[in-house]
Amino acid sequence: MTPASVTELGVRLRRGETTPAALAAAARRDLEAVAGLNAVLRFTDSLAERQAERAARMLAQRPEEAGPLCGVPFAYKDVLCVEGVETTAGSRILQGFVPPYTGTALQRLLDAGAVPVAVTNCDEFAMGSSNENSAHGPVGNPWDPGRVPGGSSGGSAAVVAAGAVPFSLGTDTGGSIRQPASLCGVTGFKPTYGRVSRYGLIAFASSLDQIGPLSRSVEDAALVYDAVAGHDPRDSTSSPAPVEPAGPTLRAGIAGMRLGIPREYMAEGLEPGVRAAVEAAFGELERLGASLAEISLPSTEAALSTYYIIAPAECSANLSRMDGVRFGLHVDRPSLTDTYLQTRGQGFGAEVKRRVMLGTHALSSGYYDAYYRKAQKVRTLIAQEFDRAFETVDAIVSPTSPSVAFPRGSRSDPLSMYLCDVLTLPVNLAGLPGISVPCGPSVTPGGAASGDGLPVGLQVIGPRGGDAMVLRVAHAYQAATRWHELSPPLPGTR
Amino acid sequence: MATASAVSTLPEILGRYEPVIGLEVHAQLLTDSKMFCACSAAYIGSPPNSNTCPVCLGLPGVLPVINRRAVEYTVRTALALHCEIPEHSKFDRKNYFYPDLPKGYQISQWDMPMSRDGHLDLVAGGAAVRCGITRVHLEEDTGTLQHAGDILQQARSSVVDLNRAGVPLMEIVGEPDLRSPEQAREYLVRLRQILVYIGVNDGNLEQGSFRCDANISLRRRGGDALGTKVEIKNMNSFRAVQRALEFEIVRQGRLLDRGETIEQETRGWVEAKGATISQRSKEHAHDYRYFPEPDLPPLHLTSDLVERVRAGLPELPHQLQERLQREHGLSAYDAAVITAEREDATTFEALVAAGAPAKAAANWLMGDVARLARESGTSLGRSGLGVAGLAALIRLVEAGTVNGPTAKALLEELYASGGDPAALVGERGLAQVSDTAELERIVETVIAENPAAVADFRGGKEQALQRLVGGVMKATRGRADARAVNRLLRDRLAR
Repeated sequence: MTPASVTELGVRLRRGETTPAALAAAARRDLEAVAGLNAVLRFTDSLAERQAERAARMLAQRPEEAGPLCGVPFAYKDVLCVEGVETTAGSRILQGFVPPYTGTALQRLLDAGAVPVAVTNCDEFAMGSSNENSAHGPVGNPWDPGRVPGGSSGGSAAVVAAGAVPFSLGTDTGGSIRQPASLCGVTGFKPTYGRVSRYGLIAFASSLDQIGPLSRSVEDAALVYDAVAGHDPRDSTSSPAPVEPAGPTLRAGIAGMRLGIPREYMAEGLEPGVRAAVEAAFGELERLGASLAEISLPSTEAALSTYYIIAPAECSANLSRMDGVRFGLHVDRPSLTDTYLQTRGQGFGAEVKRRVMLGTHALSSGYYDAYYRKAQKVRTLIAQEFDRAFETVDAIVSPTSPSVAFPRGSRSDPLSMYLCDVLTLPVNLAGLPGISVPCGPSVTPGGAASGDGLPVGLQVIGPRGGDAMVLRVAHAYQAATRWHELSPPLPGTR
Repeated sequence: MATASAVSTLPEILGRYEPVIGLEVHAQLLTDSKMFCACSAAYIGSPPNSNTCPVCLGLPGVLPVINRRAVEYTVRTALALHCEIPEHSKFDRKNYFYPDLPKGYQISQWDMPMSRDGHLDLVAGGAAVRCGITRVHLEEDTGTLQHAGDILQQARSSVVDLNRAGVPLMEIVGEPDLRSPEQAREYLVRLRQILVYIGVNDGNLEQGSFRCDANISLRRRGGDALGTKVEIKNMNSFRAVQRALEFEIVRQGRLLDRGETIEQETRGWVEAKGATISQRSKEHAHDYRYFPEPDLPPLHLTSDLVERVRAGLPELPHQLQERLQREHGLSAYDAAVITAEREDATTFEALVAAGAPAKAAANWLMGDVARLARESGTSLGRSGLGVAGLAALIRLVEAGTVNGPTAKALLEELYASGGDPAALVGERGLAQVSDTAELERIVETVIAENPAAVADFRGGKEQALQRLVGGVMKATRGRADARAVNRLLRDRLAR
């Protein structure tokens, strides 16, 4: 049976067939049933209880004012701060950190009456593409628990794929919403940079981070987006421009739309099963009335190295506050320097240390011009290339990930792991909106491969501020296909 | 020679070397709230860590929001210092670890500061000096630490107070245009005066709202090669700055005389020892790894904003000084003293407006009033007398109602306990006796009672007259007009 969508739950709540508390309890049961995935770090029972009561009151007293998310359970990534709920960013160094405040995106969901039931696992400080970098252990992919769910929002993707909650919140710095969505067969949307407030998001790379939903449909993603998007005076990088809501144009179709396929995104390195599924999706988009054309984004090649200078540089500073003085892990040593070294040495995992060191080096005196400054220039070029592309096409379509979910432990070389995000991170560098929607299982043409049957994601990228348009294209595809309705068999975990 | 020069004195060293001094001032801004959050910028007196929020505590997930008033105050300062204000500037992160720096970086400005290329004019040793201002930029203050021992690394335990963390802090970097400790001191006096005048800083060195670091090197007179510079920190008074620089000139001069090299380092002034001590060598200098603050958009200061701030600039000290000379005929010296503190100048103008003659008002303010304010720790405005009371007192003197000594005695009393000067004069019969008939009668009596003094005076002893004047003053309980008494006595004795 297909798990209910946000809209369906809303209808049932308003008919009195269920209550927010019952939905939260069911979500909790379903999450416990898939505990073997290790996707949930902690349940937010008392908050869920309070919030379910609040939602019930809203539905009872002012049902016409209660929005579509009212009473709907959800889970959120362990990098989003909620007052009174431990938040660790998947790291040992933040063990025991309980924020005294609630971030803006979460607050907007709470105000909309949505009910948070669980905090999801993720790569430490959102650094990773497999969820193997969490201090709380790896997360299993519901389609095959021996394989990774992608990352860094692996837990958020897994709980939605497992059908336990209709949506979750993740964050995307280089693909951390879209790539796990692709690998878990769910919908994952990264809005335009600055569209959703970052206040309350434990920063990885401030100029790239963006909060967004993971859900089972574009329709649901649009509902969440409309609830959380908008200017926030607490985030100076949030856009003051009014939000164009996604709902009204979601069903407008794509007839006559021009879609570009970047040659560089279809290059070698794509798994044949991924290529086949994505090319079939391109055909579907054409049948829906869009015209497809090949375009070129020549700087794509430079995006990975650009990203791996800018993101580590920013993270090296963002993570400095994790010093053991005011919160989290504190390893007491007689000298200040040793306290710093031991706290951070024991508190951070290997990948975080690698990126802090990369970033520290890139910003060092004598290296700044060669690395950071140059990377910023290339970043500008990449953004300009996208801008030019959007003069001739309305949106860009491509695979989300070059591969399907891979077996845990199979990518021990950091560079091979970094390549997971080669098709998503240029979007962050340019600050664009991007979505991944399931486009069918991988079927390797002319012979079976071990990844066959696993989900493949189609990525849709729009110009800055074109969030509603991206959702519209993705929804048109989902309206014509059933891939997003596929659920994993969950062998032995349910 | 080497032996002799090892003990060279400051003047001897100054004869051989010219000091090259540049000053860096950090001034807290008098904004209501902190630089990037809504906490109060008035942190002094709050219980430790009470004046904080998630933002200034640097908790994970929070973001800074620029305090617009702080930007405006910095623009105001930059304009008062004749700086250029570029349309585009930005904030950067300055990275280093220290427990008083909650985020592990300070939000500051690096290569695109809010202003640059200004100057400050000063007079030292009778000579006019123009010191360049490299830049004025905006950043955030750190928290404070208390620990046992001189430096944190050796303390057994330390406590962190983040009440001050995030208070808006302006950094004013001066060019190395100063050539003596006196010039350095005068630069600071002038700069502090300007900041207080334009209302951006309270000028409190002791509490650290106005802080100064100095860079100093020596170069051989007649040569043009600059020496190695040393940075001095921890000076919390103008006197300390001057003494530290004098100490450093002697220390560096003696090293150079011995043919040794100066190490580029940071030294701290230790008031109790009257000496600077090495804190950090160049090898241990921080690499701050500055990069643009990604949490804040670049600053865009439109010419509209700059012109609006310029139009709102109050009268600057030198402008006020010139105006007081021009409008009230004050001497340059009096005008400088009166304008040293804005409050004094305001008082002066109020006195004049209330009918006090300018010269008299200036004399009272610079003399007895200044002394009383210093001794009592209470300004005239807050004293029992008040500005209006002083004006009334001055008018009584000018009208000849009371004489100088009586007025002085009244000033002391009224300053402490308040009251209406005119009423008090009437009540106690303190009005000056200038009724000639009455004075003549008293003069006759005094002459009759002091035949010896009269004889001495007539015998040519000029000072004997003072004994007779004293007699008249005593008889009038000090109320007589001394000049009139003098004249009457001379007239009477010349007969």
